[in-house]
Amino acid sequence: MKEVAVVGAGMTLFASRMMETGKELCWEAAKQALDEAGLSLQEIDAVIMGTAPDAFDGIHKKGENLLDGAGGANKPYMRVYTGGGTAVMTPIAGWWHIASGMFDTVLVVNEEKMSSARPHAQSVFAHIWDPILDRPLRPNLVWIFAMEMQRYMHKYNVRKEDIALVSVKNKRNAVDHPCAQLADPKITVEDVLNSEPMALPVRRLDISPPSDGASALVLASLDVAREICPDRIVTIDGVGWCIDTTMWTNRDLAFPKFLARAADQAYRMAGIKDPKKEIHIAEPYDPFNYKELQHMEGLLLCEPGEAAILTREGVTQRDGRLPVCPSGGLLGVGNPIAATMGIKVGEIYWQLARKAGKRQVRNDPVTGVCQAWGDLMQFSSVLVMRRR
Amino acid sequence: MISQPRGRKLSREEAERVPHVVARPKARYAWSAGPATGRFLEELKEGRVLARRCNGCGRVLVPPRMFCERCFRPTDEWVYLPGTGTIQTYSISYIDTDANRIAKPILVGVLAFDGASEGCGIMHYFGEVAPEKLYIGMEVEPVWKPQAEREGAITDIKYFRPRRKEDRQ
Amino acid sequence: MEKISKPTEIKHQLGHMEVDHYHYTVGLAGERFFTALREEGKLLGARCESCGVTYIPPRIYCEECFAELDEYVDLGLEGEVRSFTIARIDRDGRPLDPPEIRALISFGEDTTDLLHLLGEVEPEEVYIGMEVEAVLKPKREREGKVTDIRYFRPIK
Repeated sequence: MKEVAVVGAGMTLFASRMMETGKELCWEAAKQALDEAGLSLQEIDAVIMGTAPDAFDGIHKKGENLLDGAGGANKPYMRVYTGGGTAVMTPIAGWWHIASGMFDTVLVVNEEKMSSARPHAQSVFAHIWDPILDRPLRPNLVWIFAMEMQRYMHKYNVRKEDIALVSVKNKRNAVDHPCAQLADPKITVEDVLNSEPMALPVRRLDISPPSDGASALVLASLDVAREICPDRIVTIDGVGWCIDTTMWTNRDLAFPKFLARAADQAYRMAGIKDPKKEIHIAEPYDPFNYKELQHMEGLLLCEPGEAAILTREGVTQRDGRLPVCPSGGLLGVGNPIAATMGIKVGEIYWQLARKAGKRQVRNDPVTGVCQAWGDLMQFSSVLVMRRR
Repeated sequence: MISQPRGRKLSREEAERVPHVVARPKARYAWSAGPATGRFLEELKEGRVLARRCNGCGRVLVPPRMFCERCFRPTDEWVYLPGTGTIQTYSISYIDTDANRIAKPILVGVLAFDGASEGCGIMHYFGEVAPEKLYIGMEVEPVWKPQAEREGAITDIKYFRPRRKEDRQ
Repeated sequence: MEKISKPTEIKHQLGHMEVDHYHYTVGLAGERFFTALREEGKLLGARCESCGVTYIPPRIYCEECFAELDEYVDLGLEGEVRSFTIARIDRDGRPLDPPEIRALISFGEDTTDLLHLLGEVEPEEVYIGMEVEAVLKPKREREGKVTDIRYFRPIK
């Protein structure tokens, strides 16, 4: 198996209602990633596209529609989609394209433009529920998260105040992210706790804002990486993914076992025996504040129920022992589903390469993990990266 | 390093002003329930809750299914359940399905049915209970629509209410 | 497995996708193209000198070399038919009378094609290579859409 490195990353502004077409967003992100890698499009062997169900953007065969902006014209090109989990799944697909020995350079582009759906994409999202047993009850997608959050708080005795701290940390971290629209340097725990009730326990500031945007990565075999960017060798050392049952009302909603399996797969591959000690930085998927905590636990970075304590103690701040979501995460930068790759995989790459600028964490991390979560809240993809 | 992004965000008004195209999809669907869920819904008409047993793992499954996704073999027999259950989780929702704000919250959650395997249940509404009285572990029972109004749908159960009369309102 | 011949006889749930509509903005290059069409009655393309390609409608990037394109060229209103089809039924299978002639219009050797309608011509008269010109709606009726061009007609 060939070793694989990340050699460039790029992303657009994350905001609702972007003027750019989806392909124009793709191009802006892809071009940036290529420029950072110092590669031209002609030097790319294959292209991977990640983007949500067609109905979200209102364009069928959206992967096909976006391909020229993603640099896929006249190249081996495929679309990969696993819900929100796409953010880390397309890089895994890029990884296997190279690890298999098929290609030396792969461009991975993820895009989302949900603002086309009116009055809003919410009505389209409702169609991810089971049409026979769930949809006649006229559910809202937020319900499923509210019910998961409730179960999580109940089982591990987690306080709402500690969960709110995650929103505060991430929205403040996002102030230093040039692509963030909803960063807030002054936000407090009280603001979160008193924000508009949606589906309790979920309130408005517990949720990441829907956005349009695109992000891109350039992956290369280690040999190519050593030639083109010897100053920053950041490799993908472990990958894992796993999915829970379709029957969501039969699941354990408190602990994400599927994520623990995916993480275990990735850690074993990376030779990590004790992730609590060997992981120095993490970008778990944080579309809701409680998800960051639950995902830290699923990533085996702490015991179930412990993530809230670490957060309260400041361990997960940028200057803490284990910085978590130093990018500002989905909560701070925005949530253009698949395109959140830029604040998960992209951020870990920039941090390990010491290129995160104002967001650079203090503990000079060597090994980092990022994760995304999706489908109907049951899928996780995990990627472990290292600076060599 | 991220260069300064160039994207152009539109205000709601500006999005109407710039050149654009509007399209209205008119997709209509008929989703078939399949044999397991179909029979489950038919039995609801009679006021009965039905599960499916897998003799491979011994689980009693709700929603019922014709195959066991763990053993990956056909399930074996129908099992009638009493219809009562326990709240596994819940939400007090101030938004409806279209994200409209509503003053009187919808009480909704997941319940596990008595007689089914651990954690096996469905999503449904809760009623005859004050929002602040709901708790995980509360025992509930179904409140059915009058038989004449039932149509073989999950909504043939109006909601689940607390079994203990003192918890009801 | 059982084959169902009348789907409505089995247990089913009816529904539709509640999204009211999609609002597609035309993008940065699209804005230039449709504004020029509406305001000036011009067809603009974007030129990539290094690849020698002109894109119509224009794009902000070249799909071959990924260069940013900011050179817009006025392609004029005249082109030629590169291919065509004669539609005698509509999308729902109803007869179209007169039939609609859909054509790919080329504005030059190194230019991408534009899909549009042909008009003021009989179906049997159309041929590949036919020289055509755009017939625009009057300015006050134009709204910045591809339908601001009514159709292309033969230059005679």
